[in-house]
Amino acid sequence: MDMSAINPVLLLASLIVAATPLLLAAIGELVVEKSGVLNLGVEGMMITGAICGFAIAVNTGSPLLGLLAAAMGGAVLSLLFAILTQFALANQVASGLALTLFGLGISALLGQGFQGEKAPAFPKTDIPLLSDIPAVGHILFSHDIVVYLAFLLTLGVWLVLKYTRVGLILRAVGENHDAAHALGYKVVRIRVLAIMFGGACAGLGGAYISLIRVPQWTEGMTAGIGWIALALVVFASWKPWRVLLGACLFGGVNVLQLNLQAAGFAIPVEYLAMSPYLITILVLVIMSADRSSAPASLGRSFHASQ
Amino acid sequence: MGTLLSLRGLTKAYPGVIANSDVSFDIQEGEVHALLGENGAGKSTLVKMIYGLVKPDSGQMTLRGQPYAPAEPRMARASGVAMVFQHFSLFEALNVAENIALGMENPPKMRDLAARIKDVSETYGLPLDPYRTVGDLSAGERQRVEIIRCLLQDPRLLIMDEPTSVLTPQEVDILFQTLRKLTAEGVAILYISHKLEEIRTLCDTATILRLGKKVGTCIPREVSARDMAEMMVGTTLHVPERAGGDLGPVLLELTDLSVKSPSEFGTSLKGITLQVRSGEVLGLGGVAGNGQDELLAALSGEILTTPNTVVMEGQPIGALGPTARRKLGLLTAPEERLGHAAAPDMSLTENALLTGSVRQGLESNGFLKWTKTREFAEEIIAKFDVRTPGPGNAARSLSGGNLQKFVIGREVLQLPTVLVVNQPTWGVDAAAATSIRQALLDLAAGGTAVIVISQDLDELMEISDHFGALNEGRLSDIRPARGLTVDEIGLMMGGAHGMEVAHV
Amino acid sequence: MIRLEKRPQPSQLWTYLTPVLAVLLTMIAGGALFAFLGKDPFEAIRTIFWDPLFSEFAFYYRPQLLVKGAPLVLIAIGLSLGFRAGIWNIGAEGQYIVGAICGAGVALALYPMEAFWLFPAMVIAGALGGMLWAMIPALLKVKFGTNEILVSLMLVYVAENLLASMAVGLLKNPEGFGFPGSRNLQQYPSAHNAELITGSGMHWGVVAALIAVIFAYVLLNRHMLGFHIRLTGEAPRAARFAGVRPARLILFCLGTSGALAGMAGLFEVSGPSGQIGIDFGSGYGFTAIIVAFLGRLHPVGILLAGGLMALTYIGGEIAQSNLGLPSSAIQLFQGMLLFFLLAVDVLTNFRIRLTNKAEVA
Repeated sequence: MDMSAINPVLLLASLIVAATPLLLAAIGELVVEKSGVLNLGVEGMMITGAICGFAIAVNTGSPLLGLLAAAMGGAVLSLLFAILTQFALANQVASGLALTLFGLGISALLGQGFQGEKAPAFPKTDIPLLSDIPAVGHILFSHDIVVYLAFLLTLGVWLVLKYTRVGLILRAVGENHDAAHALGYKVVRIRVLAIMFGGACAGLGGAYISLIRVPQWTEGMTAGIGWIALALVVFASWKPWRVLLGACLFGGVNVLQLNLQAAGFAIPVEYLAMSPYLITILVLVIMSADRSSAPASLGRSFHASQ
Repeated sequence: MGTLLSLRGLTKAYPGVIANSDVSFDIQEGEVHALLGENGAGKSTLVKMIYGLVKPDSGQMTLRGQPYAPAEPRMARASGVAMVFQHFSLFEALNVAENIALGMENPPKMRDLAARIKDVSETYGLPLDPYRTVGDLSAGERQRVEIIRCLLQDPRLLIMDEPTSVLTPQEVDILFQTLRKLTAEGVAILYISHKLEEIRTLCDTATILRLGKKVGTCIPREVSARDMAEMMVGTTLHVPERAGGDLGPVLLELTDLSVKSPSEFGTSLKGITLQVRSGEVLGLGGVAGNGQDELLAALSGEILTTPNTVVMEGQPIGALGPTARRKLGLLTAPEERLGHAAAPDMSLTENALLTGSVRQGLESNGFLKWTKTREFAEEIIAKFDVRTPGPGNAARSLSGGNLQKFVIGREVLQLPTVLVVNQPTWGVDAAAATSIRQALLDLAAGGTAVIVISQDLDELMEISDHFGALNEGRLSDIRPARGLTVDEIGLMMGGAHGMEVAHV
Repeated sequence: MIRLEKRPQPSQLWTYLTPVLAVLLTMIAGGALFAFLGKDPFEAIRTIFWDPLFSEFAFYYRPQLLVKGAPLVLIAIGLSLGFRAGIWNIGAEGQYIVGAICGAGVALALYPMEAFWLFPAMVIAGALGGMLWAMIPALLKVKFGTNEILVSLMLVYVAENLLASMAVGLLKNPEGFGFPGSRNLQQYPSAHNAELITGSGMHWGVVAALIAVIFAYVLLNRHMLGFHIRLTGEAPRAARFAGVRPARLILFCLGTSGALAGMAGLFEVSGPSGQIGIDFGSGYGFTAIIVAFLGRLHPVGILLAGGLMALTYIGGEIAQSNLGLPSSAIQLFQGMLLFFLLAVDVLTNFRIRLTNKAEVA
């Protein structure tokens, strides 16, 4: 085993890359859950986004168009979930599972011709001056624009939820949909929009994996990251900045275990590969003591009677 | 002062029910106008139409001579109509200022809003801290949040739906002073209630509804409460009779019962001690949210305690679950009918099984006897006059009153040694309420110890031998019910709950 | 404008009709999908739903129906108990894998001993393995209130890695020339879950599935525990009031569904599949979720739904080889089925009213 093969600066830089898809998916789901909806279909939306983005990027040669298509793909798929849960009042847990199964199927079908293709390279955007700082510059300021976008999105969600009227209304709908309805707010419309925002974010997260992190297409390549993103929202107690922290933590675990695998660490590969999932469970257990910050209407169907 | 709002021929029908039929009346500026009627008389639908939550099938409204047809509450608010709901539409996890901002069209910045809340609340004698989380407020304080939310919009008409049902008598006085101050400024108040004495003290005019129709108008100060009641109910009221026998031995005893509430914004019980004897009806009053649900849960076995805090006929049962307690004869009926006392989507037969399995022998070795269970359900339906096509119907298909009769009947027919009921007649029409109270009294006459937890003081005074009140999870001294004055009861319920009295 | 109106009670008629309607809608949408892929939609639908049962080669496919249907029904029955009580075990795939590893482990440890009790011991080991795997989310939920959905799902990924490590490590066939995978249990008479009647497809797993259906039917309709399960799902507060202990119910539902999934895994590894290999996880654990819902969480319904889903598996394979329909199209087809089912389910509890727009405005 050769521990010196692990370069801490590269490790931290790749941690950021590993954290980004998680962060995107989790921040989207956070908004959905804040509106009182539990969408368990994150995995399905991510994988759909991954193939939509990959296919468009390969066909047009433009990774940016690919990202756009991924966001749209995720949003369109989430619209199905919105129709099921908001209009047909289906059980949210079952609908979320359906979305994941459906997403896995549709992505496999769409991805048929793309196995083994290579995605067009995504340009890095060094932030002038900041990226020249030794170590820190390389870790934080020498990435592609999606990384910066994900961080800005987190900041934006935090600001909107905390300081704006839109955020207040969203939280109100998630806390008590009957009261929000009585005040004349369009509960269903607000939730549909939140669900689609979550879908777009998850799609973007998926495309980040297929276009930038890997970058190629294989069936089921999101490998549970969507589910980890769901766990992350619980871990973060529905707070955006803690989602960021959690994403970095999970990204770190993942990168570390991959590096240990590469370095030929004494533990068999399979056990290292289990570690992100085991750590997710551990974190869920630790965080489950405090449920107080969960939106009160989370997972409940809303039907305006009369 | 002139007419503010006039209603002409308002009609609204739901499948199977006509909620309102051809209702017409006028509300004058600066008056307190009572809307009086039983549960189900159509009061709620009528005010929902005025507030834009429900669209009338036919009929017109005019506001200050202009046609008025609000498509949604937003439009009603813009026209100067505001409403304080019976079940507060508040967000527990948000603070007072955020709650108020949500009810406004163009709220100012949070800091300015907080200042205005302080300002208005002090002007009208309803002090309130804008930064407190609503979940931590008492029922009376929550109502203040709703009222202030309305007042910040300078309403011309303020609709209040049963505002005093959550208040102690002292808090009612504070509220009435505020309302009088508002009417002096020309604001009209539409006051919905079925409490007659209250209407006689406060209101200038009363419109009485029965079965969706207007049956009369009167000036409450000039009519007796009894006359109004008969207009409201349509028949002469039957007052429950009781045998008034001697009390037997103590059947249930609570000693220093303290329990932490299982829900975040619930009320924990603190050191409750009481005794109830064979043949006794013990009435426990108190404003909603002062530990009633928790006390019922501690008695039903949903919350467990140390064995000796709950003792029944000398046997410690604090650590026993619901089934074991039922076996011993301690039966309970919680307040929330749908979802707690009964499963909404299950049939009445299945709901009869829910609590009846042990005492009625509806199972053997875990296997269910469906025929016997159906017979038990049919017996409840027959003896308690539950209106339903049959025991195969789902619980939620029953009206509130009928389901309540079923729930109470289910426990009464199992011949309990001790029966505990929470809000036995809440939302039930007068005739059904009378029959439920009579059933409780008959049970007591037969030697059962009955505890009635209720927020309806009139009901408690009518049927209780002894009276106590819950206040913030504590129980007052228990005193003989006969001869208690309203003031004494009010103080037992916690006076004004530490709320500042109005400095008007 | 379309408006939903809550029915006073769930419609009996629609309870039975919605699965049929969902299947029909899926056929229409699936047909459109196949047409879009350049296949004749009618031929594709016929190939999937008709050929396995009634074509020239049906004698070959019909036994397959039992082989594919049995694990689906076995797992779905277990899941349905939990789903009814609002306990969401979605990690059946993991319990299926661990059951297979434990059951096969017993056989491989005792190889080449022949004994009549070996197969029963494997069944017990498989059931225990699945149950223990499901007990992890159950205990965490009871002790700490941890979300069982996420934990049971995470354990699927853990189980898959465990499977991979077993296939190349502990359980690897010592005579397998270094290829991953265990000994083939089909060649180990005492451990082989052989067909009970040759050519029928009927193996012990099918028998177990049928027993599970009957067991679940009696439990849900005739026993207090089943009543408590339904009550907890419909009204959790009323269940506590009735004396149900939620913790026990969680342990029972997750434990039972884990045991059944583990048994399904064991029957598969000792029969049709034969060995512990990297690709042993076949997705039955996830498809069973669809089966459970399609069967309306009712034991008999699940039996029918399991048969139907097995049909789409086999029909899908035929369509794959005869028409060149991609296998993912079948996966999508199954996903669509669950979607449509959830969508039309609204008719059970709500009436759809068409209101005139003019009247509303």
